Amino acid sequence: MIKEAKVIINNGRQYIPDLKNVKLRAPFRGRPVISTAKVDEQALVDVCPLKAISANPVRLDLGKCSFCGECAFAFPEKIQFSQDYRTSSNIRENLIVKEGEDNPIAFYKDKIRTGVRKTFSKSLKLRQISAGGDNSCENELNASGNANFDMGRFGIEFVASPRHADGIVITGPITENMAEAVQVCYDAMPSPKIIILVGVDAISGGIFAGSPAINRSFLDKYEVDLYIPGNPAHPLTFINAVLDLTR
Amino acid sequence: MVELQNILRIKNNQSVDLNAIACLSYDEFYELVLKIFEPEENHCLTYFAYKKDGGLQFIMAIADDKNQDIILLSHLLKSGEKQELKSLTEKVFALHIFEREIYENFGIHFLNHPWLKPVRFAHNRANKELQVNNYPFYTIQSDELHEVGVGPIHAGIIEPGHFRFICNGENVLHLEIQLGWQHRGVEQLFLEKKQLLQRNILAENIAGDTVIGHTTTFVQNMEALAGLKIPEQTEVERALAMELERIAIHTGDIAALCIDAAYHLGANVFGILRTAIINFTQFWCGNRLGKSLVRAGGTHFPFTEDLKKELLEVLLKYEKQFLEMADLTYRLPSIQNRFDFVGKITQNQAALLGTVGLSARMSNMVRDIRVTHPNAAFKKFPYETITVENGDVFSRFILRKKEINQSIAWIRNLMDNYQFDASQTEKPKASLTLKPNKLAISINEAWRGEVCHCAITDEKGELKHYKVKDPSMHNWKALEMSLRNVEISDFPINNKSYNLSYCGHDL
Repeated sequence: MIKEAKVIINNGRQYIPDLKNVKLRAPFRGRPVISTAKVDEQALVDVCPLKAISANPVRLDLGKCSFCGECAFAFPEKIQFSQDYRTSSNIRENLIVKEGEDNPIAFYKDKIRTGVRKTFSKSLKLRQISAGGDNSCENELNASGNANFDMGRFGIEFVASPRHADGIVITGPITENMAEAVQVCYDAMPSPKIIILVGVDAISGGIFAGSPAINRSFLDKYEVDLYIPGNPAHPLTFINAVLDLTR
Repeated sequence: MVELQNILRIKNNQSVDLNAIACLSYDEFYELVLKIFEPEENHCLTYFAYKKDGGLQFIMAIADDKNQDIILLSHLLKSGEKQELKSLTEKVFALHIFEREIYENFGIHFLNHPWLKPVRFAHNRANKELQVNNYPFYTIQSDELHEVGVGPIHAGIIEPGHFRFICNGENVLHLEIQLGWQHRGVEQLFLEKKQLLQRNILAENIAGDTVIGHTTTFVQNMEALAGLKIPEQTEVERALAMELERIAIHTGDIAALCIDAAYHLGANVFGILRTAIINFTQFWCGNRLGKSLVRAGGTHFPFTEDLKKELLEVLLKYEKQFLEMADLTYRLPSIQNRFDFVGKITQNQAALLGTVGLSARMSNMVRDIRVTHPNAAFKKFPYETITVENGDVFSRFILRKKEINQSIAWIRNLMDNYQFDASQTEKPKASLTLKPNKLAISINEAWRGEVCHCAITDEKGELKHYKVKDPSMHNWKALEMSLRNVEISDFPINNKSYNLSYCGHDL
């Protein structure tokens, strides 16, 4: 008993009190800032392995971005990644960062579906489905509940059954082999229910976009409530996004 | 008859002319393979087929741990011939998964294979009528026995797989694991994505918990095919990153096992200790799991003396807390009672199954690529491998602790004896010119075990075939065997104690 108490004392306070204002150190790559500097735009477009950059004006789609940072290495005067980890939105288009703008990623509170805030602001139980996820986003979602990030303090929790869940969190590009299971899980949840996509693979297919082994038709059928970019999404990004949606 | 001493041998991270690999008749191949597998230290790295001139070219790579060689063998099946072969699995059980894979991809029947079933329901499989929801499970007709099906979606945040138990009351008689739900077409995408960087990112996404393991193996493979020598420091950095990955994931696994034994103090403390390590990786390269750290031909994130100072501080703190917590956890009677003698795999079984990495070392088998096929970094800074004897859940639990300590010692030795200098490194290459008509093979001891990538180029130097093997390919069968005559309620601790990869297997 004394030994256990010692362990607790020696480990000290571990939880992060204010999850909204954590200073992450470079080279962590959060929201990119694109300057108005003139560069060879075609070369910039071509450098991106996931085709997330488009030209005239230069835009970077975080929903397609793997945050590998190659564009910033090739054109440091044009693109810099800030340490702003709040990169999520409830609107897909808001994930597109334009040149010359340095604003936080916009979250349109008026576009949140009716009832979501009223129902889920104090308690949100989520069911996670990995549908071709590579276990990196899954790792970070697990970490969101650990003693450091402790999202349980907000009443946000992952549960074991869709019957107990208020929403599904999808990671991975949604493989053909998982397409039916995703649908079955969604159907098994009671309404009202939300859909959250975590990671570049879930939002756009990522490096797997266009692979014949994936089937994203599930996403054509329903409205997505939250897009959380990253490869993987940082626990801070995930928790803040869910808080933005629900309270 | 072809003599064994005339067969081509290469080293890890070496490329070789395709036509230098002896193409044998299947009978010769069969006899020779049986002979090669007689000593226990020889084990199969990969065995695959690819389309060539209308027929199928088969390649087998066998690691000879004693001589630190990789033996390469080949045979050809022409399209006009009967599409069936005598199964090697009957004699060398560890080959079962490779023959199954070839059967699934190309429809080749391996006669007398005991278990010729789909592996992952790949999108380009030969028989599209077989669907993932219609797997031919082993069944049993009995009034006393019942079946339990779990998955593909599980109760936690975990990847999908289906587990089918045949039980007698609480006792599991048989477990069959069906995978394939995660199949994303990785191997095909390696050929379709033409940019080096795209392939590099693809390698990072094979398995997100083995980012360094798979990406390092990929870049070494490409560098071997291009004949590119990279700075020594970059080699050392990759090995360092891989050891950090091992420490982080092992710590997380220890935490997860504590949860399953309802020991929450351990679960929480080991959980936050893992954070310290992956946060260091983030400080190094900007990503907690090391994505973007490993690039072909060079690095964007050279290790520096400042990073060394920080890492040593992180490790000092980590080690103190880890040892204190481990000292309690590993002596706790309730943990010992829960983990001891559960899910045992004997050394003999492990050898038959062909397990690799941690899953082999827990049964007293020395399988460690760092020792038996070291790359430049591990030649300079040798690693001493650790095994434990019992092959049960507790063995897998305690082996992780021992390996963490060993990796920390290895890193300390490296930090004390290596001067890091960013000016000694180079930027990554935008593209590499691969040599035509070559085969290259790279292996690394990632935290789960040996990762093997094998690439083949065509006459223009384009990638013609890319083969990925995650250690989980070998090890899933061991989990099935562990469950024999174990209570079904012990499945979670067995599963966690292996922590095998679904996406690495399904590709």
